[in-house]
Amino acid sequence: MENLLNLFVKSVFIENMVFAYFLGMCSYLAVSKSVKTATGLGLAVIFVLAITLPVNYLLENYLLKEGALKWMGAGFETIDLSFLSFIMFIAVIASMVQLVEMVVEKFAPVLYTQLGIFLPLIAVNCAILGGSLFMQQKAFHNIGEATVYGIGSGVGWFLAIVAIAAIREKIQYSQVPAPLRGLGITFIITGLMGLAFMGFMGIKL
Amino acid sequence: MDTNGNKYTFIYASAMVIFVAAILSITALKLKPFQQKNVAIEKKQNILSSVGIESTFANAESIYAERIVNSYIVNFSGEQIEGNAFDIDLKTERAKPEADRKLPVYECKTDEGIKYILPMYGAGLWGPIWGYVSVNDDMNTLYGANFAHAGETPGLGAEISTKAFQDPFKGKKIFDESGNLVSIIVAKSSENAPAEHKVDGISGGTITSKGLQAMLLNDFTSYKAFFTKKKQ
Amino acid sequence: MSEGLFSKKNIGLLGNPIGSNNPITVQVLGICSALAVTAQLKPAFVMALSVTVVVAFGNVIISLLRNTIPNRIRIIVQLVVIAALVIIVDQFLKAFVYDVSKQLSVFVGLIITNCILMGRLEAFALANKPWPSFLDGIGNGAGYGLILIIIAFFRELFGSGTLWGYRIIPESWYIANGGFYSNNGMMILPPMALITVGVIIWVQRSRNSKLQEK
Repeated sequence: MENLLNLFVKSVFIENMVFAYFLGMCSYLAVSKSVKTATGLGLAVIFVLAITLPVNYLLENYLLKEGALKWMGAGFETIDLSFLSFIMFIAVIASMVQLVEMVVEKFAPVLYTQLGIFLPLIAVNCAILGGSLFMQQKAFHNIGEATVYGIGSGVGWFLAIVAIAAIREKIQYSQVPAPLRGLGITFIITGLMGLAFMGFMGIKL
Repeated sequence: MDTNGNKYTFIYASAMVIFVAAILSITALKLKPFQQKNVAIEKKQNILSSVGIESTFANAESIYAERIVNSYIVNFSGEQIEGNAFDIDLKTERAKPEADRKLPVYECKTDEGIKYILPMYGAGLWGPIWGYVSVNDDMNTLYGANFAHAGETPGLGAEISTKAFQDPFKGKKIFDESGNLVSIIVAKSSENAPAEHKVDGISGGTITSKGLQAMLLNDFTSYKAFFTKKKQ
Repeated sequence: MSEGLFSKKNIGLLGNPIGSNNPITVQVLGICSALAVTAQLKPAFVMALSVTVVVAFGNVIISLLRNTIPNRIRIIVQLVVIAALVIIVDQFLKAFVYDVSKQLSVFVGLIITNCILMGRLEAFALANKPWPSFLDGIGNGAGYGLILIIIAFFRELFGSGTLWGYRIIPESWYIANGGFYSNNGMMILPPMALITVGVIIWVQRSRNSKLQEK
């Protein structure tokens, strides 16, 4: 339990998807003009990460990894399909996003109207694929850890996009030099926020 | 031709999947020997670095061939068993019960005599940690260590893979005076432990330090019978 | 083909993405993977090369197939082509430049979600012949690579005092050796990559006021 909590804190703050790995920057920059839309996209990212990570964890451990096919019998022990992992992960993500979209539309129309437009965007959000690839690299012990890591990464991304959106709403009233307006200043602010987040790096759990 | 019909879409998708799968499998198969060779060279570099020999990617193989004079597998009771030490996958061995584990040993010729290099494998907070520890021929004093773990931010080094952390391992003892196994304690400098068994932990990195300590204790215990046999 | 291989239009395809229509600083695409690999010049260069290869060949393949792809599964087809190319690139990196492939770690895989790829396939290759598509791919890859290399140049020079692993700032300058100089460790850390991009955008937009927002 303590371990899972550590993992959560670490994935939210210390190894923040945006500030430490720059993942999901495209949508981070494109959809951070208002806090409301940023919140919607952030929630959708948490949601999708929390679903795709455990699924990809199972795929990785029971299908792709060297020796993962052991359950099919002794003859399959040496098969190593890990070269297929990119294509499998992205396929799972794309289809999960589609599935989630349909389920949400059917059973939670209110949520759908809020998240709806963002869901298709998420399939090409690097943070989602990045989460799965990091999961593969970190070789988690069980599916619980993978899920917690997924949720943590999502929450970290959510915090980042909501924070930058709030700052961008305020900065509209500031006198930013013309060449820096919009994109330029957003990069620099993100850099400064990243510096602040690095304060957490002192915590080596 | 109707490119939007169901039948066409379905055939198109299937053909593409088969074609792509074939191309990828062929590439993976053809390139696998090169990749495995790279992994093997890196492993040799790590083994050599635990006795303080720095090697480059280009000369690791020749230095390894020259320095590593013998390698073999022992079992939990310290007897030599058949097999190639270099091919042992520590991760699968750790999953087995202690008595069935195959434990690789590398003998390395250095200017200060033969050193015994033992691979280690354990769990940190953030995925596995592993490394190589070299022991003097008294089977008690450490000669050097090399640790690493996966999942680091590119460009930022991991604390346990730095020289500053690994150097103090040299000269530490695994057994106490009466011959009991104490292993190495990785702890804060304020914590009380006999100096000859203690290495300063990573400041703030408690879980990694604890994981490392557990790994060392666990693996030295596996090799205990081997140590005792060699000492006689 | 009525026009020459290197007609003015085709040269434009190659040149525009490098300058006034740069995928990173103007179109804001592909930033995800751009920044994490720029602490040193060598991985940045390999990354730039990999992306160029993938986007150029992806463009050609999709352009060749453009009249046969069923519209409904268009996106999936593009995704599969990209993923397959990225896997091939990854396998080659692991086989021939192992040290760099370790440094790039998961970011090779993340080329798949690099928005430049999907963007170019969808916006250009689906509607154009293979040769212009190829040039467009090379141009966009080069424009992306140029920014990567500029960032990496500054980060490695000021952060480690080396370029491509070779020492530029003499050892004797360092405080440890009795000199006056010390590396700016901040440059290696992620936030400075973002600030460097911000500054590059600033410079580019001051020179070309058409690109300024609002």
